[in-house]
Amino acid sequence: MIHFLQMGGYATYIWPAFALAFIVMGLNIVWARRSLHMAQTEARRRMLSARPRPQPPRDFPGLRP
Amino acid sequence: MGWVWFHRFGSPPYFYRLSKRMVPWFAWSALVLCVVGLIDGLVFAPPDFRQGDGYRIIFVHVPAALLSLQVYVVMAASAAIGLIWRMKVAHAVAASCATLGASFTVVALGTGMLWGKPMWGTYWAWDPRLTSELLLLFLYLGYMGLRSGFDDTARADRASAVLAIVGVVNVPIIHYSVVWWNSLHQGSTLIGAGGVAVPSMWVPLVIMIAAFELYFIALLLIRTRGEILRRERNAHWIGEALGGPPVDFSQSGPPASPASPSVAPPPALGSYGGASGHPAAQHPAAQRG
Repeated sequence: MIHFLQMGGYATYIWPAFALAFIVMGLNIVWARRSLHMAQTEARRRMLSARPRPQPPRDFPGLRP
Repeated sequence: MGWVWFHRFGSPPYFYRLSKRMVPWFAWSALVLCVVGLIDGLVFAPPDFRQGDGYRIIFVHVPAALLSLQVYVVMAASAAIGLIWRMKVAHAVAASCATLGASFTVVALGTGMLWGKPMWGTYWAWDPRLTSELLLLFLYLGYMGLRSGFDDTARADRASAVLAIVGVVNVPIIHYSVVWWNSLHQGSTLIGAGGVAVPSMWVPLVIMIAAFELYFIALLLIRTRGEILRRERNAHWIGEALGGPPVDFSQSGPPASPASPSVAPPPALGSYGGASGHPAAQHPAAQRG
């Protein structure tokens, strides 16, 4: 295991390279999901505010004599 | 007649719904291939006879470098399609590519520097390949900066599309820089004399390239869905896409304030005709009953 981690003496270059790659790729996933989530939240908020609201009653034709 | 399937992708609702279904397939395939490629490349691939185990950086460096160029081509092509045919989805794809392309370029430059120190004795040299790749990063950053400089999305789309199309000239320069000029950087890793020769080395590399490609497609679809939602915020299909009824934004007014006297909540039926404070109770017909 130690032999594998040492990577023939190149461990100080190989592992940081892989770490950099996967940290950036992980951050990309987080940013992309957060961007979509924010867009969906905003769209839902607009959707709720755009629904037709009930109008106040003006008259009661059914109760007229 | 064969292009009907392609034209469907220009429809934001179609693209939004299709991409939602496709993302898990691309994402999980990318994850599986990445695990297989890493195990194969780090454990089973033999060391290089000159570079020893140091060459294993190529299993992330080459896919990232390849994607940094491909993403730019995709971005420029989408921008051109959006500019010529005024396709909204194409502009959304182009806008979504920039961040991903910039991150792949950062990974390619960073891992290249970490490979360069033990092999060349320096992290950085003003080599044609490295310099043109750095220029690519600046092009991505410039594209993002230009987009964010406009409040109007349509103007941002047009201006950034021109930059993306002009900047695509840098892609062949990066690719052929090791051929046209004397370069420290080796030639093509997969094809040509400078490439890896034995299958035990290039198979994991091809697997990692496939994993990165699928990862890019999955993230591009996620980002484009968000971009479409922001651009189509007034479209009636948004309601259905989010699991609700279709919404006609043109019929709606500004959001109601809770204190607004013009909009009253619907009264309960039992309160009609009673001694409530509701205006309906004051109606003569109601009082008669």
